[in-house]
Amino acid sequence: MTRKGLTAVVIGGLIVASGLAFFVSPLASSSPDGLEKVATDEGFIDTAEDHDLADGPLADYGVQGVDDRSLSTGLSGVIGVAITFGVALVLFGIFHSRRDGSRAERDARSPAAG
Amino acid sequence: MATGVVSAGGIGYSLMRAKESLADRLAPMAGLVAAFVFAVQMLNFPVAAGTSGHLLGGALACIMVGPWAGTVAVAIVLVVQALLFADGGLTALGTNVLLISIIPGWSGLAIFLGLRKMLPSNRGSVVAASFVAALLSVVIAAFAFVILYAVGGTGNAPVNTVLTAMLGVHFLVGLGEGLITALTVGAVVSVRPDLVYGAEDLVPDLAIVPDVAVGRS
Repeated sequence: MTRKGLTAVVIGGLIVASGLAFFVSPLASSSPDGLEKVATDEGFIDTAEDHDLADGPLADYGVQGVDDRSLSTGLSGVIGVAITFGVALVLFGIFHSRRDGSRAERDARSPAAG
Repeated sequence: MATGVVSAGGIGYSLMRAKESLADRLAPMAGLVAAFVFAVQMLNFPVAAGTSGHLLGGALACIMVGPWAGTVAVAIVLVVQALLFADGGLTALGTNVLLISIIPGWSGLAIFLGLRKMLPSNRGSVVAASFVAALLSVVIAAFAFVILYAVGGTGNAPVNTVLTAMLGVHFLVGLGEGLITALTVGAVVSVRPDLVYGAEDLVPDLAIVPDVAVGRS
């Protein structure tokens, strides 16, 4: 078996995630989820409030202006996957550079430790 | 509001610990886990007549990248959903992070690690432990919801009724959670067990692989 590189695993994973978001999410059940169902049955769904950002360009998993519902849902999913990956990479990547910096400083202070 | 404080504390602490514990080279894995959880949370599957369920992802993320980066990754998903997709209110963000990221993540990982200690050290055990841990993590999160509802909920339904209904439906949702988690963890473990936090003790097929020795620092 060939050993897969980290980059290959990450890219493969992103392709799978995008594929699920684009092709499968339009087929997802539109029934209320577990919590919404219980909340409806037990009469506390009304305690949910309208969302302040309900008019956003991607609100409710659709791309504003794309009329085909499946396409709209699928596209919003792929955009979401990309944004989530980007945000997470930036956040976790910041650690990377910061930690390298602090390690370099530490090494510089105590050369014997190396 | 109290859940907001608890969640902010939990995620703040996780961020700090993730910074110390996440190997630099695994940052892309944490990003991938977040993106994957986002995608799969969109896939509502039917669990009973007129009801659907979807992945929470807390247990999956923590098994994949550890308790700190895992909870942060799922929190990122929830923030993106709330800000861009109008899914999950801003005022509910604290509660959502607690019930979807922190509670299922940490309880799921604890169950996973406990099971792994009892089971033989191989890929099959990792997959089986992932299934059970993810299933129970959803039931635990549903139970935690009921506690929050009992303490500070604004609904009028009796707590007992809500408890029975929530646990029943979320056992079914948990089956889906377990299946997705086991499949995902199993897929990555089959190619690179060293990239999975909960399976890094499993040595890849090849005997000597230099960069595996780096591990989590």
